[in-house]
Amino acid sequence: MMRFILRRTLQMIPTMLAVILIIFVIFSVVPGSFITSLMAEGRNATNAQVLSHLNEQFGLDQPLLVRLWNYLWGLAHFDLGISYRTREPVWNVIEPRLWPSIKLALSAMGFAAVVGIPLGFLAALKPGSIFDSGTMVVAVSGLSLPEFWFGLLLMYVFALTLGWLPSFGYQPGSIRHIILPAIALGVSPMALLARTTRAGVLDVMNADFVRTARAKGLAEPRLVRSHVARNVLVLILTTMGLQIGALMGQAIVVEKLFSWPGIGSLLVDSVSVRDIPVVQGAVLVIVLWFLVINMLVDVAYALIDPRIKVG
Amino acid sequence: MGLRFNFVLGLVLVVLVLLGALLAGHLAPFDPIMDADLMSSELPPDWEHWMGTDGQGRDVFSRVLYGARVSLTVGLVSQLINSVIGTALGVSAGYFGGWWDDLVNGLTNVMLAIPSLVFALAIMAVLGPGLPSLLIALGLTNWSWTCRIARSSTLSLKSQGFVQAAKTAGFGDLNIMRTQILPNILGPVLVIATLGIGGAVLSEAALSFLGVGIRPPQPSWGNMLSDARELIRTAPWAAIFPGLAIFATVLGFNLLGDGLRDMLDPHMRTQRA
Repeated sequence: MMRFILRRTLQMIPTMLAVILIIFVIFSVVPGSFITSLMAEGRNATNAQVLSHLNEQFGLDQPLLVRLWNYLWGLAHFDLGISYRTREPVWNVIEPRLWPSIKLALSAMGFAAVVGIPLGFLAALKPGSIFDSGTMVVAVSGLSLPEFWFGLLLMYVFALTLGWLPSFGYQPGSIRHIILPAIALGVSPMALLARTTRAGVLDVMNADFVRTARAKGLAEPRLVRSHVARNVLVLILTTMGLQIGALMGQAIVVEKLFSWPGIGSLLVDSVSVRDIPVVQGAVLVIVLWFLVINMLVDVAYALIDPRIKVG
Repeated sequence: MGLRFNFVLGLVLVVLVLLGALLAGHLAPFDPIMDADLMSSELPPDWEHWMGTDGQGRDVFSRVLYGARVSLTVGLVSQLINSVIGTALGVSAGYFGGWWDDLVNGLTNVMLAIPSLVFALAIMAVLGPGLPSLLIALGLTNWSWTCRIARSSTLSLKSQGFVQAAKTAGFGDLNIMRTQILPNILGPVLVIATLGIGGAVLSEAALSFLGVGIRPPQPSWGNMLSDARELIRTAPWAAIFPGLAIFATVLGFNLLGDGLRDMLDPHMRTQRA
């Protein structure tokens, strides 16, 4: 098992390197440099001496390959560079954003699981019923809903009109602040989970071992609990894991809408002021989160399902 | 029965949005940009302004109609680019195999690891806002699923009799890919494309909402929502209708895609929703 984990970890390295390379190349062709954006802010950076000093300070006067090498060398030492804007190490800018982002992703998934899994399960037990059709309407709608619009409506109804919940912002430890953004972000994974659960349950219900169990006279509740649920669990856990991995990237717009201080809103803010080192760092964190969660899902999969070869 | 109904509903929604976009010039009662009048700002929906007016007194209904042009252009063109890239890479990788296959596979894995909205945001940051940048940003970042399907279908077609026969008959590789393989994988590619159009419409709205997509005053559903966000207390209709338009469009393409998949692949019919 340790060898399997090690191999999966090593497999992440080329992907990660390629991502770094792509992001680096994209941003080294940015036509307006950081300095032009300083000028746009009205700060006087036209002085040639100031310009060359700034370029030197951030190493922008060096050739591209040298800069790439320096960046990789820094990454190898867990150094993501210096923020153009705050002049702090990028990691110091990103680190306080991590926990709010993870908390939002997990809460959204919590909502998705609590609503989506029972819906999918109940729908599959009576395929073709009104409840089943209704659930599938909810599911396809959930997948088509722009989450920032849905969030805006939630904000209008539950915060501004009813006044039950705060409309935006973040307080450490406050559950009230996380409810609306988590629901807005959780709608599409909820819809996906409902669909996957339903399809999985229908699949297992038609499998030979369930037919056998039914034929030998096993009571329906027992059948569902011990034969169906257990086999669908693997599918549900996999879907949930993959979704958690993708949620940090999907959260950008919801974070921005609710002024949630996560990686996503940091990314958007840094893009608008062209703070390239922070943008690169934020993208890397989002990709790394995706890859690590995927690896954990693979490992969990191998642990749960003995049919998967480990070696 | 239910499936047929979903497909027809999807088709109706898509046709409605398409007509709205094509006939915006005739259907819109007001000019979407120039008709600003602060004296009539934030009017609720009535017979003159079906969807009310926004903060600058512009007719929301007219702006929603013109916004459909942006959304559909971005959705259709960017997905076309994605389909072409994905199919070309996938078919060639599956057909030739070897180092090219490894390279394409690696690239696909990398593309899957970067969330497409994050990738598109990064490209928009480089190219600057506007329609051409949106087409490039969304057209280059969402081809991995098409590529995977095209590759795996090509792999299974490659060993079949008619492809082998064409090879024996002396057809060239390009010719075989074009005449023997491509027609047989168009179905699944079309399904992914239909679902992808909905995704691209959502991404365009998100990017414009964040201020890096279509810039005001040109109306796009995303930037209308971004403006309406400030007015949500006093003029909620300015936010409700553009959002409904996005929802209806994406729902239409999703239902259409699901329906197409069920028609092309009868085995899936019992399982899929």
